[in-house]
Amino acid sequence: MLKKLTIAATLAFGLSSGTAMAAGAEGHVEDFNFSFEGPFGKFDQNQLQRGLQVYTEICAACHGLEFVPLRTLGDPGGPELPEDQVRAYAEYYEVFDESLLDGEGDYRPASPTDHFPASGLATAPDLSLMAKARSGFHGPYGLGINQFFKGIGGPEYIASLLTGYTGEEKEQAGAVFYENTAFPGGWIAMAPPLYGDDVEFADGHATDVESISKDVSAFLMWTAEPKMMARKQAGFVGVLMLIILTALLYLTNKRIWAPIKNGRRTDVPAE
Amino acid sequence: MAGIPHDHYEPKTGGEKWMHRRLPIIGLMYDTIMIPTPKNLNWMWIWGIVLAFCLVLQIITGIVLVMHYTPDTTLAFASVEHIMRDVNGGYMLRYLHANGASLFFVAVYAHIFRGLYYGSYKEPREITWIIGILIYVAMMATAFMGYVLPWGQMSFWGATVITGLFGAIPFVGETLQTWLLGGPAVDNYTLTRFFSLHYLLPFVIAALTIVHIWAFHTTGNNNPTGVEVRRTSKEDAAKDTLPFWPYFVIKDLFALGVILVVFFAVVGFMPNYLGHPDNYIEANPLSTPAHIVPEWYFLPFYAILRAFTGEVWVVIAANWITGGIVDAKFFGVLAMFGAIIVMALAPWLDTSSVRSGRYRPMFKWWFALLVVDFFVLMWVGAMPTDEPYATISLIASAYWFGYFLVILPLLGVIEKPLPQPATIEEDFDAHYGETSAHGKTAVNPAE
Repeated sequence: MLKKLTIAATLAFGLSSGTAMAAGAEGHVEDFNFSFEGPFGKFDQNQLQRGLQVYTEICAACHGLEFVPLRTLGDPGGPELPEDQVRAYAEYYEVFDESLLDGEGDYRPASPTDHFPASGLATAPDLSLMAKARSGFHGPYGLGINQFFKGIGGPEYIASLLTGYTGEEKEQAGAVFYENTAFPGGWIAMAPPLYGDDVEFADGHATDVESISKDVSAFLMWTAEPKMMARKQAGFVGVLMLIILTALLYLTNKRIWAPIKNGRRTDVPAE
Repeated sequence: MAGIPHDHYEPKTGGEKWMHRRLPIIGLMYDTIMIPTPKNLNWMWIWGIVLAFCLVLQIITGIVLVMHYTPDTTLAFASVEHIMRDVNGGYMLRYLHANGASLFFVAVYAHIFRGLYYGSYKEPREITWIIGILIYVAMMATAFMGYVLPWGQMSFWGATVITGLFGAIPFVGETLQTWLLGGPAVDNYTLTRFFSLHYLLPFVIAALTIVHIWAFHTTGNNNPTGVEVRRTSKEDAAKDTLPFWPYFVIKDLFALGVILVVFFAVVGFMPNYLGHPDNYIEANPLSTPAHIVPEWYFLPFYAILRAFTGEVWVVIAANWITGGIVDAKFFGVLAMFGAIIVMALAPWLDTSSVRSGRYRPMFKWWFALLVVDFFVLMWVGAMPTDEPYATISLIASAYWFGYFLVILPLLGVIEKPLPQPATIEEDFDAHYGETSAHGKTAVNPAE
């Protein structure tokens, strides 16, 4: 076992990157605009709610969100559903509770303190952290510097994937693969999930493939980073206060060094 | 007493005298904080404070993170998400800790290269240098094990690759690897021991840091001229130095403030920039990521590890001479550790009698090339192993060794150094356009 793993890993670090990084195989990620980009970017609450609807009606059939507590749907900086809606939404899911039926366990409707269910389909990856588990931008020359300007590109990757189907498919070893311009390697096992007008929004928002792809990508960015807005706020306050502190330290430093640098030192050091 | 002559603590009140007779701790603190420091230190001498700050930041955030983390392969990943979602301020603690590691390494590399340029490793500061290298190695071990704890894909496969390096050692390798892992492969027993050691090593680093400070407080700081502080009398020493408090404390805190502005901007606005997306996928022993890349701070040495493939003539030669014991993989491991060892041996490899690179016209250029080389290695370490990267990494690795093993010894012999200032005071006054206002600089031949 040890040897096998070591060999696998050695191969991976030795040979891997060659194919993964070769131009073209990486897939094309479109630099979509999201409201939450940049230091002052914020989640669009309406978009998160639309994304939640897309996830619930389409993605949830196969994909889970096992790390996301249902109650956080009502948290500030997220979709901010009212409390009664969170409770009603939670009951839509069933969870297995070991404490029921005298320890035998039974299914019951979920409550806000439960998490979203895990993936229903074994081959469908959990989506809780997907927006942070993918990056869209790597250049130039693999340095990743463009992430400074475009962001890491997780939600862009998801939106590009959802809009990247070409309609081509092929069968390989009994499985069907669908051509996708964003997926590394170009062929993905997931059938195109969106065709346009898959959902109907209460506010009549656009339901073309690109719009709902962006909505669900934004929602998945929130599931991956639910505290993003609080974090940016904390970062902003932190930077601001440190700038003030640093300015004061600069003036203090200048002042205590002034007599030394002007040769007017009167004190005797190290007394 | 060793060290630069200066006034020591004198207990004045009755209480102070009582204490001083029994435990001279106030005196120790006073002497440490008032240590005479060369007054010409430039902005490259601020990294020590940044490093001390990093160590404290990492220990404090780490201790709180441990309260919420679960070192178990089935729970570790979920417990990190628990920290991110449920713990008050948990996301901030974790991002501070993760990015704090990066700041720690930015600072340690700047600190090391400052030492290399100004010859801080030279006599009589060899012990300070060696302890510093030990701290750096302990930091790498700590960072590596810390990266395993979230139990993501990169955690698992990074651990598999790096412990696999020990498996490349002939004869004892596999036993050693099993011993490190605690079993036949990276698993729960690996996670628990890495967790234990990740908690232990920072305190070892803290202890080593105290010895590091003790050592250079005995020899005195180096300074940009490399000229020693005059120790002939307290008055002479006072002309070359200023007490650490307040002059250098305030200066260092100002520099730390500037660095922390950048640090908090990264933590607040792009905390995942330096991480790898794959580590947000839970570890899966059955699925190897397409691309196993270490954290950025390991990349230069990772590049050296990968540079020596079976086609390189030195590897073929080593293989032939040792009768096949040293294969390409083991050679790579030797090269990687050797790259750090040659750095540790710099005090004995550098034959120049001049300490500071400022007065070494040829050295300057070779040193600049070494800095470039370091960044090239860092870049190529994240690249695939095919051409042209293979050749680039080989040339860059060769230069790393060439610098320490050939250039440093030779330069001391062939280079003609520039004249150095007689004293630190002279250098300082030359900088601030003041030579005789207080009538102390009697001789100043350079002007």
